[in-house]
Amino acid sequence: MTFKYIVDGEDFTRAGEASSNVKGKLKQMGVSPDVVRKVAIAMYEGEINMVVHAKGGEITVEVTPSEIIMTLKDVGPGIPDVEKAMQAGYSTANENIRSLGFGAGMGLPNMKKYSDELTIDTELGVGTTVVMKVHIN
Amino acid sequence: MTALQLIEKAGFKVLNFPGENRERNISGVYCCDLLSVVMSKGFEDCVWITIMGNINAVAVAALTEMSVIVLAEGTAIDENMLPKAKAQGITVVQSDKPIYETAVMIYNLLKENA
Ligand SMILES: Nc1ncnc2c1ncn2[C@@H]1O[C@H](COP(=O)(O)OP(=O)(O)O)[C@@H](O)[C@H]1O
Ligand SMILES: [Mg+2]
Repeated sequence: MTFKYIVDGEDFTRAGEASSNVKGKLKQMGVSPDVVRKVAIAMYEGEINMVVHAKGGEITVEVTPSEIIMTLKDVGPGIPDVEKAMQAGYSTANENIRSLGFGAGMGLPNMKKYSDELTIDTELGVGTTVVMKVHIN
Repeated sequence: MTALQLIEKAGFKVLNFPGENRERNISGVYCCDLLSVVMSKGFEDCVWITIMGNINAVAVAALTEMSVIVLAEGTAIDENMLPKAKAQGITVVQSDKPIYETAVMIYNLLKENA
């Protein structure tokens, strides 16, 4: 089963809607709470990043019997140094984002922690595609 | 202890308290304002004390299935928070005390009512 979401990069008040929708669907499907929690956290961080760093994008969530695959694709500025961006505490977020409780540079580390596989494909000026997989049992 | 008992005994100001949340169990207290941390350390049915009065706080509380958000220091909420809390069925109350004092008060109430 596949779910698709357009993430609006202009409207910060709607950030998190896709993750929250996926969480509800997975629960309905009877996916174990541990897996749902991992998916929800990893995807929420990714969704927030798309909104605050890349002006939105598109998320596809594929549910198979063995894993949940989240693909987050944006056409934002790209990440110049992925290794650096992955470091806990590294952030280019502005004061406004910090005042909303984000921008502490813990999003990508959280995404790594809560997914079983994380790949980041990024090109400056072209965009970023993040693929996260969470294994089922 | 239920959410209703806690809110009444603590005398918090109610901003959003959906009827279906009244009997919800309180599993403990959690304090932090950094949402990435809250997401991974906050726990189901907890009372979360914070000064983050915005929609992201609601999203995080929904994600981790918390019982109650307590906005400490009388933190005002931004205009988008209440509609989001209503839509997601998240309880939001206000405490005029700082985070630590609010936490200690809840801790004592939970102990008394254990
Ligand atoms: N989708 C993205 N597009 C462009 N840059 C990004 C994207 N995601 C993350 N980044 C960059 O990586 C940094 C670290 O991300 P993260 O760990 O989520 O921390 P934060 O979002 O708090 O800054 C960001 O500050 C930003 O510079
Ligand atoms: Mg982030």
